[in-house]
Amino acid sequence: MRLRHLLSGLLGIILLGAGGFFYFSHRPVIPAQPSSKATFDKILIAKGAALATIGNCNVCHTKPDGLPYAGGRPMQTPFGTIYATNITPDPDTGIGQWTEVAFLRAMQEGVRRDGAHLYPAFPYDHFTKVSGDDLHAIYAFLMTRDPVRAATPPNALPFPYSMRSLIAAWKLLFFKPGELKPDPALTAELNRGAYLVEGLAHCGSCHTPRNGLGAERNDRYLGGGEAEDWHAPALNADSTAPVPWTADQLLTYLRRGFVVPHGVAAGPMQAVANNLGTAPEQDVKAIAAYVGAIVGPPTADRRRKTGRPVAQVAPQSGSRPLGGGQPSDSADGAIIYAGACAACHEASGQRFSAHGIHLASSKVITMPDPRNLAHVILEGIGAPLASSAAEMPGFADALTDRQIATLMTYLRGTFSDQPAWSAVEDTVRHARTSPNGS
Amino acid sequence: MLTLNVNGHAHQVEVDGATPLLYVLRDDLSLNGAKFGCGLGQCGACTVLLDDKPVFSCITPATVAEGRRVTTLEGLGAIDGPGPLQRAFIAEQAAQCGYCIAGMIVRAEALLRRNPSPSDQQIREHMAPNLCRCGTHMRILAAVRRAAGARKSAAAASPSEASR
Repeated sequence: MRLRHLLSGLLGIILLGAGGFFYFSHRPVIPAQPSSKATFDKILIAKGAALATIGNCNVCHTKPDGLPYAGGRPMQTPFGTIYATNITPDPDTGIGQWTEVAFLRAMQEGVRRDGAHLYPAFPYDHFTKVSGDDLHAIYAFLMTRDPVRAATPPNALPFPYSMRSLIAAWKLLFFKPGELKPDPALTAELNRGAYLVEGLAHCGSCHTPRNGLGAERNDRYLGGGEAEDWHAPALNADSTAPVPWTADQLLTYLRRGFVVPHGVAAGPMQAVANNLGTAPEQDVKAIAAYVGAIVGPPTADRRRKTGRPVAQVAPQSGSRPLGGGQPSDSADGAIIYAGACAACHEASGQRFSAHGIHLASSKVITMPDPRNLAHVILEGIGAPLASSAAEMPGFADALTDRQIATLMTYLRGTFSDQPAWSAVEDTVRHARTSPNGS
Repeated sequence: MLTLNVNGHAHQVEVDGATPLLYVLRDDLSLNGAKFGCGLGQCGACTVLLDDKPVFSCITPATVAEGRRVTTLEGLGAIDGPGPLQRAFIAEQAAQCGYCIAGMIVRAEALLRRNPSPSDQQIREHMAPNLCRCGTHMRILAAVRRAAGARKSAAAASPSEASR
């Protein structure tokens, strides 16, 4: 039985491999374009710039302290590390030799100019939905950037993932090329939102869970996924946000990186909000409207919870003295909360211009995954570009792993009605050492 | 009752565990080097070391400091025997109103303990959380550079000192 299993598995792999190689052989090289300085209409370039902002091209294709679009930023995947490429028009290390045809093929089909398949870490499963006109504008924008000579480091992918021909088989299984057509049943704004969310903005790349082969699970579209070492929360009816999101709140959050009562965009989301803050407002409004429609109106149960008064917490003023001789690591979560969090997060505490939200409305404390709260407590939250006062200090040096775990367990129990997290201290320990781009 | 190890001495204090460490230092132990600035962990005037790491003592509950080493400005030297960083801040006249300086010196101490010869960029990045409203940043940076240099030449003169 087991042998049969193994054999059929092997046969499957061989078939997939053969199919992959066959498909691979059909991807021709597109000749280099002559090295003449590209000229494009200014209005077209400006349109491309706005679209590139919505596409967040700069976020992945710029390394920390690196020049914009010059690549080199590592992306950790379950299969290994992939480096984002240089997409400036440098002829040797960038896309300077790429004709528009080659660029369109990369965006729509995930194929490099030399005919090799691109890893789906580059989200062509979304970009394939973008219209040819928009891709034309993005090409004009990218080809008029300053060329930067910067070779992309080779990917660190173990065999067999190092074989690009396997991607051809992956595409047969999971990749559906083709532009997204408007749905006549939807308003113009919702259609625009769907086009941007599913296409350029590629929200699902992080917010949709992936299967074992790294493909987005369409059955759980925007149902909550991964971004670096962060949980990307569900944007559909599975959202655990204690206060149901509205389209208006989403618009403010996406443009300013901060909205009451939900809080600040932290982790990898902050770079997205920093970009969308400078994108055309009508487009961000369409994105917010579409995501708002996906989250849907709150259920009766959710509405009832929202109407409930937020947790009353008052562990202040000598009410709970800690027993002498108790080791510090067992310090009670309520005491840590009162001494470290309450000054900013309670209305009775001191206020500053962008005061901390009440934690009963915090989106991270109710998440199914404790990683985000661990990162926020350890590293704090840097201020988003458009909300400079919304900055939270980190507690990595003030609190031990166990103290943070105790605090997190207390916050979860006090400010949410979700079940307790497990292995919280392990999560904190891992978050402290994980390389992440926050 | 909490037992705190501050500047190498054990102290027993009768306070609620949630009391900010800053209040215990100033009100119960009369160590007034660390200052109350914003009370929200945004300015750095209250910076002290917890096991060699800089923390905002205004938002650090006293209880979490139990069993760990607290170092305040007073632990780095006194008026009649200022430490290397304090001497450097005096030499560079880095204080204007002086309110931020205790926090600045303590934060710089954390850097020099970890990295005795930091680059300018490393000094700037490390000192960034602490604010100075008078604008003496250039003198503060010069003082940190001077202290690092003094430390290095002292280390060169006496290798045993460096390995301490």
